[in-house]
Amino acid sequence: MNTVTAPAEPTTPTPTKKSGGFTATASNYIDERTSISTAVKELGRKIFPDHWSFLLGEVALYSFVIILLSGTFLTFFFQASMAEVHYEGSYVPLKGIEMSAAMASTLDISFDVRGGLLMRQVHHWAALLFVASIGLHMLRIFFTGAFRKPRELNWVIGFVLFILAMAEGFTGYSLPDDLLSGNGLRIIDGMVKGIPVIGTWTSFLLFGGEFPGTDIVGRLYSLHILLLPAIILVLIALHLLFVVVHKHTQFSGPGRTQQNVVGYPILPVYAAKAGGFFFIVFGVVMLIASLFTINPVWNYGPYDPSPVSAGTQPDWYIGFADGVLRLAPSNWDIVLFDHTFSFGILIPLAVVGLFIVLVLIYPFIEGWITGDKREHHILDRPRNAATRTAIGSAGVTFYAVLWAAASSDIIATHFKVTMEGVIHTLQVLLFVGPVLAYFIAKRTCLALQKKDRSIALHGYESGRIVRLPGGEYIEVHEPVDEYERWNLVGHESYQPLMIRPNSRGRITVAQRTRAALSRWFFEDRIDPVTQGELESSHDHH
Amino acid sequence: MAQDDNSGTELAAADSSDHGHGTAHAVGTAVVARDAVQNPGFPPHRPRVTDLDPKKEKNAERAVYTLFYLSIVGSVWAIAAYMAFPIVPEDIASVRANNLFIGLGLALALLALGIGAVHWGKALMHAEEGIDERHPVRGTVETRARAIEIFDEANQESGFGRRSLIRNSLIGALIAFPLPAVVLFRGLAPENQNPVDLLKHTMWEAGDKLARDPSGVPIKAADVTVGSVFHVIPEKLASVGHTEGYLEEKAKAIVLLMRLKPEDLVEDEDRKAWSYDGIVAYSKVCTHVGCPVALYEQQTHHLLCPCHQSQFDVTNHCAVIFGPAARPLPQLPIAVDDEGYLVAQSDFKEPVGPSFWERH
Amino acid sequence: MPKTPSPTARKSRKQGRRSPLATISLLAVGLLFTGGAFAAFSTSTASAETPAVVSAASVEDGKKLFQANCASCHGLDLEGTEDAPSLIGVGAAAVDFQVGTGRMPMQAHGPQAPVKPVQFTDDQIKSMAEYVATTAPGPGIPDESLLDGEGDVANGAELFRINCAMCHNVAGAGGALTEGKYAPALTGVAPEHIYEAMVTGPQNMPVFSDANLSPEEKRDVISALKFMEANPSPGGHTLGSLGPVAEGLFLWIFGLGSIVALTVWITARSN
Repeated sequence: MNTVTAPAEPTTPTPTKKSGGFTATASNYIDERTSISTAVKELGRKIFPDHWSFLLGEVALYSFVIILLSGTFLTFFFQASMAEVHYEGSYVPLKGIEMSAAMASTLDISFDVRGGLLMRQVHHWAALLFVASIGLHMLRIFFTGAFRKPRELNWVIGFVLFILAMAEGFTGYSLPDDLLSGNGLRIIDGMVKGIPVIGTWTSFLLFGGEFPGTDIVGRLYSLHILLLPAIILVLIALHLLFVVVHKHTQFSGPGRTQQNVVGYPILPVYAAKAGGFFFIVFGVVMLIASLFTINPVWNYGPYDPSPVSAGTQPDWYIGFADGVLRLAPSNWDIVLFDHTFSFGILIPLAVVGLFIVLVLIYPFIEGWITGDKREHHILDRPRNAATRTAIGSAGVTFYAVLWAAASSDIIATHFKVTMEGVIHTLQVLLFVGPVLAYFIAKRTCLALQKKDRSIALHGYESGRIVRLPGGEYIEVHEPVDEYERWNLVGHESYQPLMIRPNSRGRITVAQRTRAALSRWFFEDRIDPVTQGELESSHDHH
Repeated sequence: MAQDDNSGTELAAADSSDHGHGTAHAVGTAVVARDAVQNPGFPPHRPRVTDLDPKKEKNAERAVYTLFYLSIVGSVWAIAAYMAFPIVPEDIASVRANNLFIGLGLALALLALGIGAVHWGKALMHAEEGIDERHPVRGTVETRARAIEIFDEANQESGFGRRSLIRNSLIGALIAFPLPAVVLFRGLAPENQNPVDLLKHTMWEAGDKLARDPSGVPIKAADVTVGSVFHVIPEKLASVGHTEGYLEEKAKAIVLLMRLKPEDLVEDEDRKAWSYDGIVAYSKVCTHVGCPVALYEQQTHHLLCPCHQSQFDVTNHCAVIFGPAARPLPQLPIAVDDEGYLVAQSDFKEPVGPSFWERH
Repeated sequence: MPKTPSPTARKSRKQGRRSPLATISLLAVGLLFTGGAFAAFSTSTASAETPAVVSAASVEDGKKLFQANCASCHGLDLEGTEDAPSLIGVGAAAVDFQVGTGRMPMQAHGPQAPVKPVQFTDDQIKSMAEYVATTAPGPGIPDESLLDGEGDVANGAELFRINCAMCHNVAGAGGALTEGKYAPALTGVAPEHIYEAMVTGPQNMPVFSDANLSPEEKRDVISALKFMEANPSPGGHTLGSLGPVAEGLFLWIFGLGSIVALTVWITARSN
């Protein structure tokens, strides 16, 4: 634009200026430089379906924002150094004690910076909430089948975020260099040393020499505030981009199909609800942080390799890994060819690793078994995918047993049982529990499907008994209306795969495996009610 | 893919859930019923009370702005609390009040703001649901064709496929360039040390006095009564500074000293000389993953690691009797010097702490 | 040990070192548990004023009480039986600890004797302690000057972490031992009982003789524990000081629980 031509051609700006005030001018200014109107046009009225469980991912996102905000505040005061100082701050029981600068600055944040303890507690509580909400969000995705095509890759991204969140948590937990975190690091050191071939050197490099060294806090700090958050931010952006590309899934309901999304537009309703929800999550975290202590480092004192506290546990999200270590039997090491194989550590790690990999690739396994290449935007009710729900229940039980094992000592003292009894019980439950959970969940799902069928066909039991003229007693069933019925019948089922020879007349191993898995998945199935069945049932009445 | 699926007539039916997009996908083993119940379409819209009753609408409006004002009150409260509840040095109650009142003010500010916004959205904003059309995630046929064309053109114009020598050497260079980074990481740990050698030895040497942790006061055999437990470091460790490797040496050298009735000890013939009149010293570092095994039960003579519940039997050379530990705790051979102080006969006879690859 | 605060305790609390502002803020929040802890501390200090003179009549009373209540397990001459250990040489401290905390007489055989309501009056306990102490020398009831909680808190806290925290937890919340045994919580325990436990090593607790922890160091440890009791956590409620397990459970049940309840409200249709 040059000044000579501008008065000659009074184009778009002029009418806008007339009709609007500052807002219009500013919008115009920005749009002419960013083309933001395109984004508003595309996204402003984008529809987002409404269901409480669709907000769980938002809880995770908001917790992360809270963590970034409170964490930034903490970085202004925290010193990630293991240089030895004599504590001379306000907390009397640690006065004059030698500790690292990291620990001393954490105590200063807690006792000498106004609002510092509050921010520390907000940061830590939000971190626990971050991982917990990711976990719950993943369970929702899993049990409703939201990971199916086209969202398999987004499941993988989300799962990687879950792992990274745990890494963030663990690195943060270790930073204050207190007794609890120091013993946590010592456990990590012991586990790393157990890795064949590279273990000893990996530990040596990680700690910058012998454990504990003077480097680890600084190194974890770099990971904690720089590398990991950067990766998490990028992956969250990618995760959300995919949500926009795929559009959100929705539950089955009258009028909802695979080709539409029904809900509220981002502007204004969704912005109000989701924006408000951010403040609600922040408010809840703030309330908890102002009322409940978390990680009282002043009790633990500085790290010293000699002391340890009863009830030394990691934060909840690392619990499963701690639990699996506790469940290993005694004396599992083997010395072979002049080298030690620490099976007491390796086998538990392998079990957890296998579990993680299975969860990570589950969408691809299920996709391969069903061979279903369609896009799925309508969520399954968990009961309508009985085998998946059963597998999920087994997985949750497995995880829960490991998790419980991490607090075996606290279970023992609080339920007045022996810790040996708790461990032995959990060792058995680790294998039996998932199997039981599998069958219970599967049977429950199938029973619920049958109930749905019967309600769709015959209506609800009204509890009213009527005597017919012929003397027969019947219970009157109240029919469901068509909208409600649709919720009960609007799904598909799968049937087991039949083995067929391929084009070269062979039956491959992959085929057999797939057929076997397919039989396992879909042998017990209940077909949804069809139009024909509905009509004949109406005729019957 | 379709040929290995069940392709009965029933399944060959049109893909009911993906029609209208021109790209039919395999349904796999899904059963697509021909006479599935038809979607009844949207139910009629039900208005809210705030749509029907202007008084209710007014109430909701009032509630929303009241909440927003309340939020301002919360923020002001937090600022006031920051000033009204300062931290008094050495007064923990002042820290508690500071934390509590700033936190409550902020919580009020945030919750009222959030609840107000949500209430506005729920009760007052337009309530009719909207509908968006979905499109297949994959690009249209034309887009995909054009994408392939672009790659073809780029390949033609660059000769990437044709000039194999250039391509392969490029790939090689790309693989090779990050490798120096791996080497750089060797600098993470000191150059002139070997962890395997370090792990095999601790600070203990023949004649080192056993001393109390952390004071470094040496212990006389007579001080150790039956049933007592001492947390022990080498006497010389107490004079090692933190910058000279105090924690690193301590992490390996910590010892637990206990006295049992001599008749309770079941000792191997070759280790009988390692104890003194029922006094035994064992490494405090768990052979599982290295936690301090510090819990001594004086009646059962069991040692318990609080981290993973490994248990060791002190009467039987600290053999593992429960939990995931891999092997007994190493024993420190001890003796008594001329003045009656407990001293080490030598270093541990095996590496202390968790297993590592080079241990044998 | 009486649980309810006595009038003297209340008085001593008013004269406490706490600043008025702190008291007001504490009252405002309604967190009153300091009161109980502080009171318990003060009363127990008072009750530790034991006259050093051992009267023959008292010993005679103690013998009768012992024979009526303890001898069936510990033997008529304190020699012990299959069911219970010998009490020769355990000293007055052991009796005062075991009977004074209600652990003895034991009601039923279990992994360890739990704390119960105290069965005897202070005088009766004193008599029995004197009787047991006359049979053989052993650790006596600690002098009041060691129980005043005015020792070096920082030194005490460090000694506590090294010698005690592995069983009793860094905050004195207690912890698990093998085969159903446990290290009890130390909050609300009278200073003389803490001291006596260290000298006598009740049940599976090791003995911390004066050569291991000097009387002055024991005083420091008690001071550190009493400091923790008298100063509630600056961060708010401690959730039992059980560490990350309690924090994780709280977060899942109440933190995430309340947030999920709010999501249901947010997405519920407004009527």
